[in-house]
Amino acid sequence: MQLASMPFNEIRLDRMSRAFGALNALREITLSIRKGEFIALLGPSGCGKSTALNCIAGLLSTTGGGIYIDDKRIDQFKPEDRGFGMVFQNYALFPHMSVRKNIGFGLKMRGRPQSEIDIKVEEAIALVRLQGHADKLPGQLSGGQQQRVAIARAIVIEPPLVLMDEPLSNLDAKLRLEMRAEIRRIHNQMKATTIYVTHDQDEALSLADRIVVLRDGVIRQVGTPHELYEKPAHLDVAEFMGFRNRFAGKVISREGDRATVSAGSFSVSGTVVGALQPGASAVLAVRPDDVMLAEQASGGVPVTVDTIEYRGREYVGIARTGDGVEIVFHADRAPAQGGAVALSIDPARALIFGA
Amino acid sequence: MAMSHSTPMEAKSLRQKLALRGIDGVTLLVLPSVIFVLAIFIYPFFYGLMLSFSPMREGGMFANYAAFFSDPYLYNTIGATLRLAIPVTILSVAFAVPVAMRVRLMKRQRLLTTILVLPITLGTVLVAQGMLNYLGPQGWFSRTLMLIGLVDSPVKLTNNYWGVFLSLVVTVFPFTFLLTLSYVTGIDPALEKAAATHGASSWQRFRHVMLPLLVPGLAIAFCLTFVQAFAVFPSAVLLGAPSGPTRVISIAAAQAAFEQYDFTMASAIAMIMGVVQLCIVLIVLVVRNLFYRGATSGGKG
Repeated sequence: MQLASMPFNEIRLDRMSRAFGALNALREITLSIRKGEFIALLGPSGCGKSTALNCIAGLLSTTGGGIYIDDKRIDQFKPEDRGFGMVFQNYALFPHMSVRKNIGFGLKMRGRPQSEIDIKVEEAIALVRLQGHADKLPGQLSGGQQQRVAIARAIVIEPPLVLMDEPLSNLDAKLRLEMRAEIRRIHNQMKATTIYVTHDQDEALSLADRIVVLRDGVIRQVGTPHELYEKPAHLDVAEFMGFRNRFAGKVISREGDRATVSAGSFSVSGTVVGALQPGASAVLAVRPDDVMLAEQASGGVPVTVDTIEYRGREYVGIARTGDGVEIVFHADRAPAQGGAVALSIDPARALIFGA
Repeated sequence: MAMSHSTPMEAKSLRQKLALRGIDGVTLLVLPSVIFVLAIFIYPFFYGLMLSFSPMREGGMFANYAAFFSDPYLYNTIGATLRLAIPVTILSVAFAVPVAMRVRLMKRQRLLTTILVLPITLGTVLVAQGMLNYLGPQGWFSRTLMLIGLVDSPVKLTNNYWGVFLSLVVTVFPFTFLLTLSYVTGIDPALEKAAATHGASSWQRFRHVMLPLLVPGLAIAFCLTFVQAFAVFPSAVLLGAPSGPTRVISIAAAQAAFEQYDFTMASAIAMIMGVVQLCIVLIVLVVRNLFYRGATSGGKG
């Protein structure tokens, strides 16, 4: 029984869990994915994101909960009966088959007539722009080309769901950007429902319709890239979203959602996430781009500049406060290294989390 | 590449020239093995070859070969040996593949591997002797079958073709299995996962992914197993009918050497044996070349 090309509205994970002995790699993951949506599973290594993908693919069995396509429960199905497409981290192309045969593999296994396979494979080759390479073996292709073959192989069967397991992590930085745009283009064209596993927030932000942040096998936050970037719900999500500067301290005053945190020799204002009362210990987190050189020395945090790097449009500096807290900041002019300056932090862009 | 800019005028020392060709002090370490191979293999081979061309009988230098191919009692040994060695090899390889496919997924591989390898360490004579007792007319095997009532009289499994066949399978199988296991585990497991997610059933995964990648390794396993089986001697004597259907070619050579004391004839038979083996191995390798023989992983590691 095949699910490919089956019309459906949503794929639903209902308290999906997976334990390895005493270790809970996934704990009650609940998520519903609309048809055509691009979901990124984002998290550090060991957070359970690959386990989740393998459970959905059927390569690992779940130890609790269910996976549904609309109302059809599929978590007991073998991987070959789920009809999903999967793109592997190391591509996993069949080394003895030409590009054409690799791409046509899924259709052949489904017993489609050769004439149909030929047409669809040609279309897929054109989609991933590999014309002229169709009769080569995978070993004769570059890494980026191999990944295109892997993507074509996964989507040619028109699966209800395409799973991608860190598909860009084996490519060099330049090619990674190229392939990222390529995956976006293919998704826009095919509208295949996709779950994309990555530990790179840039990939997740630029590709996904929605991002699911996982940590220790638990969903920490689900939201659009914009929501996650602007309003991370937890400190660890914020860390993933580039909030590199963190100051631990105590809330000294609060007014509406604005509060001030005292962190040793200085105090900073920011926006409170959640319920924090004065006196509570808290962490204020802010991105380097939201820390600037203060116009007047009186208004900001006094620091000593450690290093300063020129980045073309601006400077990125690392500075230290009197009690040794490191702050990364951006500046449009270069302060002297070792000089004393004041940094201003935009309170609207600094977030305060409970510690 | 900075080193290659030295002008041709600069004379390189002999040591440098040799080093550029990959020959240095460490290369000397191969000397003992080269001497060993020369003394134990190359020299005796050519000595035997020359010996086979200086026959004790009349008829010029090819007299031994002429004698072999004009006497059915002698040339039939080629067929008798092939009739044993080829089925044994095919059966061993055919058995080894599914067992290896299963064992590769097991956690206690080592225990099973040890059990399977035991027959190698025991040696062919012990296995043959054991099977003589076990499969003989008064052995457990026949007695159990009679007890259950499956047969009325003892099954004849010794002193004939099947006795030799079974003991050969027992002695060569572990070897074939270990080779096959190493080829099977050498295939990137991600390939099977990829095949499964793209809709291939377990048989299709084996047929379209595993088997084509295994063929080159299986060809090597086939050749090595065949060469072992072709040289069958102790079990053909102990468990077979050494003057009848299991009169294999090594028996003919042994008789020439130690019963007729004609070492030149024995050498000629040994050479014929070598040529037959070589032919089979070449055929297998030619067939192997028709298949894909590259990496067995599916991309960058």
